Amino acid sequence: MRSICFYFQVHQPFRLRTYRFFDIGKNQYYFDEYYNRTIMRRIAEKSYLPMNELLMELIEEYGAQFRISLSFSGIAIEQMEVYAPEVLDSFKKLIATGQVEVLGETYAHSLSALKDMTEFKKQISSHIEKIQKTFGVSPVTFRNTELIYSDEIGAQVADMGFSLMLTEGAKHVLGWKSPNYMYANAINPKLKVLLRNFRLSDDISLRFSQQNWSEWPLTTEKFVGWLNEINPKEEVVNIFMDYETFGEYQWAGSGIFDFMKVLPAAILSKTDLKFATPGQLVHTLQPVSAIHVPYPISWTDEERDLTAWMGNNMQNEALERLYDLTSKVQHIHDEELLRDWNYLQASDHFYFMSTKWFSDGGLHAHFNHYPSPYEAYINYMNVLADFSIRVENQSAGFLERSEELLEKGIKLGKELGKSAIKGLEKTRKSVQDTLKKGEETVQPIFEDLLNMSNVKLKQLLRELETDDLVVALKEAGDELRNKVMPNLTVKTRKAVEEASSKIEKVTRQQVKKVRKTIDNKMHQLFG
Amino acid sequence: MMFGWEFPPHITGGLGTACFGLTKGLAKHGVEVLFVVPKAYGDESQEAVRLLNASDVTIDIDKEENRTYWERVQYMEIGSNIIPYVGPEQFEKLNEESFLQSESDRSPVFSQHYEFSGKYGSNLMEEVARYALVGSALATQHDFDVIHAHDWLTYPAGVAAKESTGKPLIVHMHATEFDRSGENVNTQVYAMERHGMEMADRVITVSNLTRRTVIEKYGIDPRKVFTVHNAVEPVDKSDITLPEKGVTEKVVTFLGRITYQKGPEYFVEAARKILNKDQNIRFVMAGTGDLLNKTVQRVAQLRIGHRFHFTGFLKGEDVDKMFAMSDVFVMPSISEPFGIVPLEAMRSNVPVVISKQSGVAEVLKHALKVDFWDVDGLADAIYGLCHYDALSDIFIKHGKEEVDSLKWEHAAKLVKNVYESIFL
Repeated sequence: MRSICFYFQVHQPFRLRTYRFFDIGKNQYYFDEYYNRTIMRRIAEKSYLPMNELLMELIEEYGAQFRISLSFSGIAIEQMEVYAPEVLDSFKKLIATGQVEVLGETYAHSLSALKDMTEFKKQISSHIEKIQKTFGVSPVTFRNTELIYSDEIGAQVADMGFSLMLTEGAKHVLGWKSPNYMYANAINPKLKVLLRNFRLSDDISLRFSQQNWSEWPLTTEKFVGWLNEINPKEEVVNIFMDYETFGEYQWAGSGIFDFMKVLPAAILSKTDLKFATPGQLVHTLQPVSAIHVPYPISWTDEERDLTAWMGNNMQNEALERLYDLTSKVQHIHDEELLRDWNYLQASDHFYFMSTKWFSDGGLHAHFNHYPSPYEAYINYMNVLADFSIRVENQSAGFLERSEELLEKGIKLGKELGKSAIKGLEKTRKSVQDTLKKGEETVQPIFEDLLNMSNVKLKQLLRELETDDLVVALKEAGDELRNKVMPNLTVKTRKAVEEASSKIEKVTRQQVKKVRKTIDNKMHQLFG
Repeated sequence: MMFGWEFPPHITGGLGTACFGLTKGLAKHGVEVLFVVPKAYGDESQEAVRLLNASDVTIDIDKEENRTYWERVQYMEIGSNIIPYVGPEQFEKLNEESFLQSESDRSPVFSQHYEFSGKYGSNLMEEVARYALVGSALATQHDFDVIHAHDWLTYPAGVAAKESTGKPLIVHMHATEFDRSGENVNTQVYAMERHGMEMADRVITVSNLTRRTVIEKYGIDPRKVFTVHNAVEPVDKSDITLPEKGVTEKVVTFLGRITYQKGPEYFVEAARKILNKDQNIRFVMAGTGDLLNKTVQRVAQLRIGHRFHFTGFLKGEDVDKMFAMSDVFVMPSISEPFGIVPLEAMRSNVPVVISKQSGVAEVLKHALKVDFWDVDGLADAIYGLCHYDALSDIFIKHGKEEVDSLKWEHAAKLVKNVYESIFL
């Protein structure tokens, strides 16, 4: 069974207000509420509401035969919540029919996949959460911001549990291959990849109302004719575009709504293609081969690369400075700060700084409120400067808290140590006191020995037991020891030295006893 | 009799302010001034001068001599950048104005009665010529001793007045065409400047730098060229409450037109050198001009955009706000006849770094002076003022005193001396 797959992207960024150097460090409101509301209201009236109504009618008419898929950035949903709740309601009704698949993407329509994988995964998780909360469904197919894709990004998305991802059928990647098949990621073949048929997609989204286009005006007959020219072996035609195409890029007067209204009937009756969503195709189609995309591609501009957001120094610096903050933002729980972190990541801010005015200036200028890319850069960097200060302050707060804890620990340890030291000192003092007392009483005897002639001393020492000598010498000062030791026989000296190295401490009792012994002996010998 | 293109409060730049300051100073030395403006609005301060309105004077254009004069000037076209002392705000405004005026008709200037615009529109050359005719007529109707013409716009009038009365002419060079346009001079303007100076008995330049230009590039006899430095009017701004800066880092400011002559690239390169070493400084470039976009790109390329900010052009109160937030002011001009902005910065207690290639460097003692091309020196000076409080304190204190002492009264005395030298 051959399929045709329609997918539309719904995204609007929170545009920045004019934020001047004077505001840095003082003013934390970055967004132009009036302008954002105006644009959201305008798109709601001109595009979202009429197109939602049209799709609803088609679903009611064709039932299960008609299916499409939609992707919403988290910040677009936030904008609808505040500025156009009735639009969100009508999207909810569409999705409740079960004929519309909702895709997963990054919450902030961000370029995080190119800058920081941790943040990328965080963005995907919070987007899934938002989709579940808003529409009650869980995305199984993933589309990255602006269909940016590379082998590496695809592998990361597979890690997140997605089994299918959409990207551009870029000519420089496909070469002779056709975009009209299911492919697989080159690193992790479990991830299937569907490619946009850019010719047929752009025929509607870019060229529909271009009067200098040789095929203008585009009719359903013509379009269906092109579909029928596709090799019958090819399995799927992917028509991907911005949802704002209907009524905004291609204004109502161009006949775009009438075209879309009759297109499904023409496809169903005049081709063998059946409407399908990516979530169905992932089960029915097998990959024909791996697709190798070493360098990231996107669906934007003629080059289908990243130059619309990373094509000049201004864009590169702004992006680097923003994602330099990632590690610090991770510790932050302040809701407002995290909200701004999301809003500042929107790829649109960097798109406004693009200097590629000559090739695709028309689309670049759409919804762009800056007179030049230079103003866009200056303004963004001013906002980022203030945002960085807030992040620094908050994460400094985090550090302070951990430092506080650390300090408390150190203090506690110190106090414990102090009391231990106090205890030790007490003990030492009492020991010292004891020893002093002993010294006071023992001292005279030792002094006697000190004043004795060597002959007499030798005589005395011969009478003394080794153990007593050890005790006496242990308590004696250096002077006495120096006097006594030379007067000992070699044998006794060795014995005393050996014994005294084994004895650590002598008790008062022992000292008293030795003193008494020495006293007696002196008395016996010298009277 | 003085010829000047503008007079406060109707001014587009510093020229009118300088003329006003000078006339007030002259009044203190007993010099009476008849001041001829293209258009008087009636609310000008006449405390020091008697204002003569060129728009009130009718011209008989059928007179043969007048007609030939007209024919000679009729085909002159004006170039851009012809106005001295224009701040970024006026520059922007003028660009808009000249855009608006590009559609307007020419030649009402040739009617018998004509209301001068007194601006710098597309028919400027015609206005200059008519102003000269009016000047010569007025000169014959009034009694005075010397003719003093400010900048090239009024030189034809000065020359005409000299021719019709035989009285001595002093021309005052506030800026030369080389300062305004670099080497790509407007040859018509150059010719008018040169002719004015050649016809003059004395030439007054606002700096020795300008004096050298006048001598070397215009071939004027050095013996008749005298330097009289500009001054500033003390302004009391104590009643205005200015905001504190919102950032904790030191703020280094460049304020002026972002054009080649002002040396913005040297400011950027110095910023890079400093930021390599110390991230606790923010740089601000206030103003606009033809090099703005190039400068922005360079800043992004150097990856210093997180510490280097652009404000666009600032007007009035925002300039005071900017100074109030600044810790250092930098003017790295490649060529600056005088340069009044550093004086305004010093008046707001901001220490300044100026290039040696600016006229104001000749009079300031309490300013750090570097060659504009010496990026290392520039970086050193900025870094020093940011970090060594003792240094910046001295510059703030003495700078303020110094700037307050640069009075028009003193400058006027020197001008009076120049007048008197003619009669010796």
